[in-house]
Amino acid sequence: MHSGIVSPKGIWWKPAGRQERIWVTVALVWSLIMFAMMPLWHYKGGQNPSGVRSRVTPAAYLDRVNRFVADYKVGEENGFPIVEPPPGSEVYLLGRMWQWYPALRLKQGATYMLHLSSLDVNHGFSLYPVNVNLQIVPGYDYALRVVPTRAGDYRIICNEFCGIGHHLMIGKIEVLPTQAAARLEPASTPEELHE
Amino acid sequence: MSNATAAPAWPFRTCPVTGLRVHRSVDALIKVNAVAAIVAFLVGVIAAILIVLTRWQAVHLLPAQWYYRLVTAHGLNMLIFFIIFFEMAILYFTGPVLLNSRLPTPKLGWLAWGLMVVGALTVDYYVFSGQADVMFTSYVPLMAHPGYYVGIILFAVGALIVVGLFFATLVVARREHTYEGSVPLVVFGALTAAIIAVITLVHGAAIYIPTLLWSLGYMNVDPEVYRLVFWALGHQSQQINVAAMVSVWYLMGGLTLGAMVLNEKVSRAAFGLYILFIGLASAHHLLVDPGVGPAWKVWNTSYAMYLAVLGSMIHGFTVPAGMELGMRVRGYTKGLFEWLRRAPWSDPGFSATFLSLVIFGFLGGVTGVVIGTEQINIIAHNTLRVPGHFHATVVGGTALSFMGLTYYLIPIIFRKQVRLLGWARIQPYLFAIGIVIVSMSMIFLGILGVPRRHWDISFSFAPFKQEFSPLTDVFMATLGIGGLLAATGALIYILVAVLSVFVGKPLTAADIQRGKAAVPQGILKLPPQVHGEAESAAAHRAGTPGTVVLVAIFLTVFVLYYFTNWKVLSLVWKIG
Repeated sequence: MHSGIVSPKGIWWKPAGRQERIWVTVALVWSLIMFAMMPLWHYKGGQNPSGVRSRVTPAAYLDRVNRFVADYKVGEENGFPIVEPPPGSEVYLLGRMWQWYPALRLKQGATYMLHLSSLDVNHGFSLYPVNVNLQIVPGYDYALRVVPTRAGDYRIICNEFCGIGHHLMIGKIEVLPTQAAARLEPASTPEELHE
Repeated sequence: MSNATAAPAWPFRTCPVTGLRVHRSVDALIKVNAVAAIVAFLVGVIAAILIVLTRWQAVHLLPAQWYYRLVTAHGLNMLIFFIIFFEMAILYFTGPVLLNSRLPTPKLGWLAWGLMVVGALTVDYYVFSGQADVMFTSYVPLMAHPGYYVGIILFAVGALIVVGLFFATLVVARREHTYEGSVPLVVFGALTAAIIAVITLVHGAAIYIPTLLWSLGYMNVDPEVYRLVFWALGHQSQQINVAAMVSVWYLMGGLTLGAMVLNEKVSRAAFGLYILFIGLASAHHLLVDPGVGPAWKVWNTSYAMYLAVLGSMIHGFTVPAGMELGMRVRGYTKGLFEWLRRAPWSDPGFSATFLSLVIFGFLGGVTGVVIGTEQINIIAHNTLRVPGHFHATVVGGTALSFMGLTYYLIPIIFRKQVRLLGWARIQPYLFAIGIVIVSMSMIFLGILGVPRRHWDISFSFAPFKQEFSPLTDVFMATLGIGGLLAATGALIYILVAVLSVFVGKPLTAADIQRGKAAVPQGILKLPPQVHGEAESAAAHRAGTPGTVVLVAIFLTVFVLYYFTNWKVLSLVWKIG
């Protein structure tokens, strides 16, 4: 036998040793298990980045966001409208240099269709502290069904470099706890609350 | 090796270490490419120090604009200029040198080097003058000065010419019968890297030429299409690094301790898996993107059922097992690990290679596969976990293995003794410890939700208050300390290389014969590269139990880390 800098002479296509055969088999099985986990999680798991993906022009998206804000605005904080959409509704959030617009108020356990897009460059939606991260690309509407499983005061950090004000870009999502949600919104169905 | 019998005529010389016939033009081209690599590396290291001292929130050195500018410069100088210049040197070494061949049309090699130098200088000019604050990724519609894209294109054209020269060398060497049988495994690995490089550079042209035209106002580029095609360049160029690094592992294993190739078929098939499947990994960057669907994501992110990962796991066995076998045949047979204990740990060529293997496998490979899983990417995308992963692969893996190779290129190609050899001996350890601390700190910070490429996570001037867990301060400090350690290791490497090359004592064949020269131990006494068929076959049948233990630990770590991440994912908001 020889090292890797020596030219093999004659036929080198020879059967592998026992240990090599075993390791290749084990590694292949592990590879297939890892491969199977992804479709399996689509079927059984609760976190998948599929969503409904479509093209949208920045102008049309801005228009939709403005209508969404006008429909469900409940207050204002630091110059940002606070918008409280009803459970089950379509929620429109936009990223632009350098803000997330508007601030959202959601209910724990309710399902929302969260639309994300950008008016200018790529942005990164990073929800703190649950660490959910999604890419926001201008010209594309990324709509994901989300269920805030825990109440609390969340932040949206931008984690895609978007210019000199990148580190100023922070948004807010407030998730009201189930009891408060139930008190404020008696019309909510039990299914929605316990999903 | 056995071909170099009689003293070769000008313009060839005989390498006193390996006995190989070396063409003078190849000597020169390896030298200039290696020197350019180290200059780019120095720029990258200085940027790294300033970046680390800025992200360390307690120090927070640079203003925002310079922080982002230097992140751009760091990425380009390290990931593109340093690595690719060094890989050009590797292609010249594994092509003409290892095949005993001349280099066809060396003039083209000089043209290529010139294009690459002009390209790199152009890019750095636009970056440092503030006309290209777009990061390494330059995602459209973030726009740089058109000259920036021109610089990248020039650099890529130069690299493509060198790859072409490598292919031409294979043809010439075969036709002129400079070697018998098949090309050595190390050359086969370099060929793999070269083939991947062609695919990569074609994608580079397919994205940078339209982007240049877009920056000049002639056409539109869709931001999502840009991301897709850019990463067929950006990620795939990392796969050139992987293939080149694995070749260097086989090369250095042979030179430092006489590592054997267990089975040519197995190792070459593993390289074949890289060629076939590794290019799909552009998808790793688009897992939480709106432009592509789940089936595309699953198939591509897994390199088609993880077949390229399988390739790496095969090398992860055959490289250490080859080392173990080489040592066992030489008599280090006691217990599971005598072969490893008695390995030349004071030879920086060996220590760098073995540390690179461990860091790449355990830290870089495992974390990469995990965050590249479609759904797990939700809790990792664009957080510091991502640079945590690739600093383990490309710095702790590729760059460290290239450092080990450098300590052998200095005597073999530059024909100089190694200055500050004592420092060179500790350098790989210092660098490895530093980069492991860097990488693990980044991974923990990413798990805590800290974004990458971010000037100020205290959000001092932002509209809403944001406070990270106090643990982030701890890991930011360890990131700073690890970064400074790694930078110290990097600067020692640069110092040793520069002093040896420019003011080093010449190394003669007589020095080597007398066994008295300041060079790594494999240079003074090259371990046997060929072993008797009977004894090595018997040792191979007896197996490599030490490596079996190592890969069993590796697989256990892999499985645990993988499923822990699924568990963590299941705890976040429902999303789909």
